[in-house]
Amino acid sequence: MIFSRNWLREWVPFTDSDAELIEKLTMAGLEVDGVSPVARTLKGIVVATVTEVQPHPDAEKLSLCTVDAGGDSCRVVCGAPNVRQGMKVPFATLGAEIQTPGEDKPFKIKKAKLRGVESEGMLCSAEELGLEEKSAGLLELPADAPVGADVCDYLGLNDVSIELDLTPNRGDCLGIAGIAREVGVLTGEAVTAAEFTPVASSIEDEFPVRISAPDGCPRYLGRVVRGVDLEAETPLWMKEKLRRCGLRSIDPIVDVTNYVLLELGQPMHAFDLAKLSGHIDVRMARGGERLTLLDGKEVTLTEDILVIADADKAVAMAGIMGGLDTAVTEATADVFLECAFFAPLTISGKARAHGLHTDASHRYERGVDYTLQGKALERATALLLEIAGGRAGPVVEATGTLPEAPRVRLELANVPRLLGVEIAAREIEAIFARLGLRLESSDASAITVRVPAHRFDLAIEADLIEELARIYGYNNIPSTHGLDSSRLGAHSESRLGLGRLRALLTDHGYQEVITYSFIDPALARTLADGENVAISLQNPLSEELSLMRTSLLPGLVSTLRYNQNRQQERVRLFECGQVYRQDGEDIVQENRLAGLLQGARQPENWAGDGEPVDFYDVKATVEALLGQGRRRGQFRFAPAAQLPFHPGRCARISSDDGRLVGHVGALHPAIQRQLGLSGDAYLFELRQEALLEARIPQAAPLSKHPEVSRDLAIIVGEEVLAGDILALVRAHAGEYLTSLRIFDVYQGDAVAKNEKSLALGLTWQHPSRTLSDQEIIAIIGSCINALQEQFNANLRN
Amino acid sequence: MADTESLTREALDAIAASGDEKSLDDLRVHYLGKKGILTAQLKSLGQLPAEERPAAGEKINAAKRRVQEAIETRKQALVAAQLDARLAVEAIDVTLPGRSQSPGGLHPITITIERITEIFRQGGYEVAEGPEIEDEYHNFEALNIPAHHPARAMHDTFYVRPGMVLRTHTSPVQVRVMENGSPPIRVICPGRVYRCDSDLTHTPMFHQVEGLVIDENIRFSDLKGTVEEFLHSFFEAELPVRFRPSYFPFTEPSAEVDMGCVSCGGKGCRICGQSGWLEVAGCGMVHPRVLEMSGIDPQRFSGFAFGFGVERMAMLRYDVSDLRTYFENDLRFLRQFN
Repeated sequence: MIFSRNWLREWVPFTDSDAELIEKLTMAGLEVDGVSPVARTLKGIVVATVTEVQPHPDAEKLSLCTVDAGGDSCRVVCGAPNVRQGMKVPFATLGAEIQTPGEDKPFKIKKAKLRGVESEGMLCSAEELGLEEKSAGLLELPADAPVGADVCDYLGLNDVSIELDLTPNRGDCLGIAGIAREVGVLTGEAVTAAEFTPVASSIEDEFPVRISAPDGCPRYLGRVVRGVDLEAETPLWMKEKLRRCGLRSIDPIVDVTNYVLLELGQPMHAFDLAKLSGHIDVRMARGGERLTLLDGKEVTLTEDILVIADADKAVAMAGIMGGLDTAVTEATADVFLECAFFAPLTISGKARAHGLHTDASHRYERGVDYTLQGKALERATALLLEIAGGRAGPVVEATGTLPEAPRVRLELANVPRLLGVEIAAREIEAIFARLGLRLESSDASAITVRVPAHRFDLAIEADLIEELARIYGYNNIPSTHGLDSSRLGAHSESRLGLGRLRALLTDHGYQEVITYSFIDPALARTLADGENVAISLQNPLSEELSLMRTSLLPGLVSTLRYNQNRQQERVRLFECGQVYRQDGEDIVQENRLAGLLQGARQPENWAGDGEPVDFYDVKATVEALLGQGRRRGQFRFAPAAQLPFHPGRCARISSDDGRLVGHVGALHPAIQRQLGLSGDAYLFELRQEALLEARIPQAAPLSKHPEVSRDLAIIVGEEVLAGDILALVRAHAGEYLTSLRIFDVYQGDAVAKNEKSLALGLTWQHPSRTLSDQEIIAIIGSCINALQEQFNANLRN
Repeated sequence: MADTESLTREALDAIAASGDEKSLDDLRVHYLGKKGILTAQLKSLGQLPAEERPAAGEKINAAKRRVQEAIETRKQALVAAQLDARLAVEAIDVTLPGRSQSPGGLHPITITIERITEIFRQGGYEVAEGPEIEDEYHNFEALNIPAHHPARAMHDTFYVRPGMVLRTHTSPVQVRVMENGSPPIRVICPGRVYRCDSDLTHTPMFHQVEGLVIDENIRFSDLKGTVEEFLHSFFEAELPVRFRPSYFPFTEPSAEVDMGCVSCGGKGCRICGQSGWLEVAGCGMVHPRVLEMSGIDPQRFSGFAFGFGVERMAMLRYDVSDLRTYFENDLRFLRQFN
């Protein structure tokens, strides 16, 4: 809501400066979003009469004017097409100054020669005064404007437009009268009561009204006005008030209804009487009924939409927008004025459902004072007759189910219980009285009040407590610091914090990123794993942000690309976040941790290890992550062909019980090329759930007996997996095996083609005795047999 | 037999001239060993008359001690010289950088969330999280925002299908905490939230941290105290804090929290739009209907809730000037937080 400060002052004579007013409004919950002057700063601009107009001898488009500004007449050269003898205009005298906000210096009016003729000042357009963006000609002032008067005073240009960012509960402040009421409460100034003399009817014409939807339309007033002149000019004072509240002047009828909307907060509508048939019926729409709205859009109505209908058809969406067919046009002579109260619950959401938002729907959704319609209709009629003439018929009123002002009881004990401050009952009553809450009863423990018709937001005790706090002043309520906790909460050791994993990754040189949860479906297709059903947004901001990610990898890969395009040659990234997929009817949301590794193993350095990273670097990171939960050895890596990974360089990781933990591997070279990435990238993506489980350590006594170690070198086919060899050896190496490792892998001239040599180191230790040579020889023998049987392995040397 | 005197002199000269431990050891054997020359002199004492023997023996022993000491001294000098030489050779340029990974770092949003949650953990708050694709009931209805409420328009909601939305705030996590627990409740809920809005000051995804406290006798004054304490702790400055009436459907009374500008100290600058104040949080007393809907008796219990925008807190704390840089993930930006 944008309002004019001067207009507000007509309603409540506050003396605060603009800064003070803004502070009071803001601190009362009516946040001020902006303040702007209504014109440029003007000095020396006066009302003048153009007494003579003659053509300029040397310029076709210029005129020579004689201007009377109260003193000696001046000769002025003017280029405006609408200049004519006898008109009153703003006249910038010699020495006048026009200061545009934001500019350093004012524009000064000096004597100037225009095509050889001297001009002693300037006749001004509304644009030049800063009243509008673009003017076609001079601003014509009313014929009764006093010659010589300062234009700034005459037009009341010492005014500001103040924009309020109103919260949805304060629909009562969507009009000057409502803001005035609030300012009255805040300043203690008396507010002008909105009393308008009813306009007596001069004709008998009535247009019948009935309400078939009494809950949706508790009150409907209508009135016929015949012989309206739509050619009439809206007076400058009204145009100015509309402008300063952010509305443009259209024609007398629109201007008058808008004026009442701004002044009282009551939306109104005018129909062309000639286009209405039979009667007005306020009813629910019939399913499938169609209506072309004022903005030309055709809507198909549903049965939950309240409409204004005549005998034949729907003619308006009630409280939202009128229909085009019955709209007032230049040819209209007779109008039917509507002024109604529609129930907020009936109206709210309906405009938005049709992609509409109007001044009317904005107010009806939030609640309009249901006692205001008679007053508003009289106000509008009087203004219309004054501006556009015509004869008014009697007011026709129909009522449905009118709301009842709620009675609300405040338990006094709840004030300190909820606010933390004691406010005396007398002070509470005084605050309520200022707010227009009528005292119904009061005793030692409670106060009951009746809510005024304009406050739709007050219905329960909590509402009263909020009003009390608001007027008492939030900043007058103390701050208490009694919430210390000495209760020790649960603290699980079998669950890691994500922070530990993050710290590990940053210590390994990874940089955390946060990417959007919605991604480009094209990128998703490029990196598709094909297994997940992705969820699309129904109303995405753009195609590029329309698909909920099923994996964190697309975000990491596009971040890699972004940074490669910015000359980053060594990139290590990770992200923690949710991924989403459709599983039948269910939506599955899972927390993941993913990383990406690309470029040199070490940052470029003098020691010269510029080798690029490979699979075993990224695997080392994954193993470090898996080890955090002290569950080393409880995870299995198996070769996997899984997009977006390289089919020969990807492992599926599972836990001992077979549950999937994630994948690690190289980015598929085809995808890498398609995305224009340079260098091999290595990726991992893991389920957080699997990483965050932790084993609580259990210590065993240390053995006092010596360890025994043996090495075993075998030759196997190159396709045999090290993991399988280790698993087999472990299975045959007996319960006292304490360590098993591969310390050499060799392929080359010393072994046959398609074969490789592996060297294994085994260590045993018995807790309570020394292991004998015979035992170890037997174990080694069993391992060798198994390896020969299973993998056709040969002992080397 | 050579006289002891000249033998000693000869030995001392040889020791002084020896250049390494080996030759020194040879000298020791030559003069002092079992078959050494000086040792031999002792053995030949028997040839002297008995009365001369003690004096001559003493003389030879003294000579042996002198030679022994000279060898020791020379040996130490040689070891020291050798070590000095080695140390000189082994000197390196200690100003060359160490050989290791350059450390990575956390995203500023994570740093901020961790800091906020850590501060509240000190006060006994537990961290709660919830789904990002949320049902309309938890995102709206349970928070007193029915289907056609005007406040819904302020939320610019992303839908994945009818009835399912990307959560527009972390408040549904609070609802789930209330539904699944009972007072006393003291939780902090960080997370991603979404609104379909994108311009200079809005990204369609951002982060909130919300807090919820429910117990007997929780008052608006406690809310004020808590929010003030937090802001002072987070910004490590006793900045002024003010509470402005506002409206959220799920709290009443509701307030917006302004804090004295961290940049200009309240004088007015570009950061605070010349007002001297920065809007940093929304908060209020939990609406009785919200308590009721989640099965908590508003006659017995009361509570407060508050919410901070993480991006904004990080901007103010770390001088980030453009919201959009958070999600571009330019490494040159992110590394400034390492």
